[in-house]
Amino acid sequence: MQKHGIENNIRKLRFEQDEMTQQQLAESVKVTRQTIVAIEKGKYSPSLELAFKIAQVFNRPLEEVFTYNPK
Amino acid sequence: MDYQEKKSIVNILSTVIVLGIYYWTVFQRFDAEVMNTEAQLQFWAKAILIAIPISIGTKIVTIILFVIGNFIVSREKHPTFEDERDKLIELKATRNSYIIFGMGFLSALIVLAFGYPPKYMFIAFILAGISSEIFDNLSRLYYHRKGV
Repeated sequence: MQKHGIENNIRKLRFEQDEMTQQQLAESVKVTRQTIVAIEKGKYSPSLELAFKIAQVFNRPLEEVFTYNPK
Repeated sequence: MDYQEKKSIVNILSTVIVLGIYYWTVFQRFDAEVMNTEAQLQFWAKAILIAIPISIGTKIVTIILFVIGNFIVSREKHPTFEDERDKLIELKATRNSYIIFGMGFLSALIVLAFGYPPKYMFIAFILAGISSEIFDNLSRLYYHRKGV
């Protein structure tokens, strides 16, 4: 369930990056694995800074990683 | 259940058990003694002041035991840092606990304003303190589980 109307493709992008683990992504952007889990499940909307860092890890523009769909 | 959720549950249990036992003995002592109003005020002030280091000590011991126990059971290490989500959860939980304590403080004043003996005012203070602590941990549990 997307709690804030912000959806993301992190799971898909991790898969495309040689099945990058949540732990590896968490370490790359300096957050806990639980935060990555919460973002993937749509239970937490990351700060703009963290969103950019995640996009940078996948080498994609922000809007390819996160999309805003207000209900 | 993740590390922070387990920690919140352990904190709630330790608060309820330790402060519950402590205040139970305090009430036993209070009921056993006959005191004038001034002595009552002193008694409750001392009881609450003693509860503060007990509460802090309980928290420290609980965290140490939890970290060791959790590592033995699940091999999960204590997080070495707090990220933005942890900080946001902490802020919201602290806000909720302040609201509960504020309501308890207000109840204590209302009890006194209606002319009840000081004992009831202190009971309201004590309940406010314990419930705010429990609510703080419940809020953390809720935000970790349901999202923030």
